[in-house]
Amino acid sequence: MEEKELQNELASIRSIMERSSKFISLSGLSGILAGIYALIGVAVSRYFFNPASAISHPPTSNDASGIGSQTGDTAPVTGLFYGGDYVFHISQMIIIALVVLTASILTAVILSKRQAKRKGQSMWGKTSRALLFHMAIPLVAGGALILVHIYRGHYGLVAPSTLIFYGLSLVSASNFTFSDVKYLGLLEIALGLIAACLPGYGLLFWAIGFGVLHIIYGSLMYLKYDK
Amino acid sequence: MKISFDKLDKAFENRVRLQIMSVLAANERYDFNSLKDLLNITDGNLASHLKALEKEEYIVVHKSFLGRKPNTNYEATAIGKQAFKEHLNTLEQLIKQQKLT
Repeated sequence: MEEKELQNELASIRSIMERSSKFISLSGLSGILAGIYALIGVAVSRYFFNPASAISHPPTSNDASGIGSQTGDTAPVTGLFYGGDYVFHISQMIIIALVVLTASILTAVILSKRQAKRKGQSMWGKTSRALLFHMAIPLVAGGALILVHIYRGHYGLVAPSTLIFYGLSLVSASNFTFSDVKYLGLLEIALGLIAACLPGYGLLFWAIGFGVLHIIYGSLMYLKYDK
Repeated sequence: MKISFDKLDKAFENRVRLQIMSVLAANERYDFNSLKDLLNITDGNLASHLKALEKEEYIVVHKSFLGRKPNTNYEATAIGKQAFKEHLNTLEQLIKQQKLT
C-alpha cells in the first residue's frame, strides 16, 4: 500500500462515519430560498394590511396588552398582530406564514433530494428520519403553545415564540446534520428572546430571523458544502 | 520503530468489513437495510461480511420484529471498537512513517 492509498482508506472511513450518522444532503441553496420567501412574506403582509404603519411605529403599551386602543384620529399603529381588527390580521398572517412555510419545506425537500443523489445518501433513511424526529419535538410543542397564545389573545408572544422554538428545534436537530446548524439555532433563540422584550416589532424580527439569517447561513453552507 | 503492515487487523483487510465497523463506531446501532442502502451492496454480500465480524466477536446481533417484519440490528462490541481504534492508529502511523522516508 502506498501513502495515497492509505490516505484514501482513512478518508473513506471518515466519510462513511459521517454519512451514516448525519444527514449531510441539506442544501444551502434551500436556506437562501427560504430566507427570500420569508422576506417576501413579510413584505406582502406589511404592504397588504397596513401600508401606512411602519415598523418604526411600535404600538403603545395598550396595544401590546391586547386591548385594542385605536382611537379616532391617531394613526393606526398596526405592527405585527396589532391593530383594530385582530381576527382579520391574525388569520391573514397565519395564511401568509403557512404559505411561506410550505414553500420553504417543498424547496428543501426538492433540493435535498437532488443533493442526496449526488452524495449517495438516501433521502428517506435513518439519518433524515432522526433529523426530522428531533426537529419535530420542539416544533410541535412550540406550535401548540403558539395556538394557545393566539387563542388567549397574547398575540405579542407569537413572533418571539416562533423564533425561540424554531431555534430550539435547529439545535436539537444539529446532532444529525452539519453542526453549523446549531449556531443558527442559537442565534434564532437569542433573537426570539430579544423580540419578547420588544413587543410590536414582531414582523421586523421575523424578517431578520427567518429572512436575513437564513440567507446568510444558506450562503455560508452553500459555499462550504454544496460543491 | 518501524511499523509493518502486519499490524493491521486482518479482519479489516476487506473494505466492506472496515466500512461496517466504521458505521457501527459512529452509531450505537444500525439495522441491516440501512447498512445495505448506505454501502450499496447486495444482501448476500453484506450478510457474509456481518457473519465474519460476528465470528470475531467484533459485533453483536439484535433481532426483533417491527410489526410483522423482522428487524435486525447490529452493534459493535467493546472488543470490536478497540480493534477498530487500533486499526485506525496503525493506518495513521503508517502514513506518518511513509512521509518521513
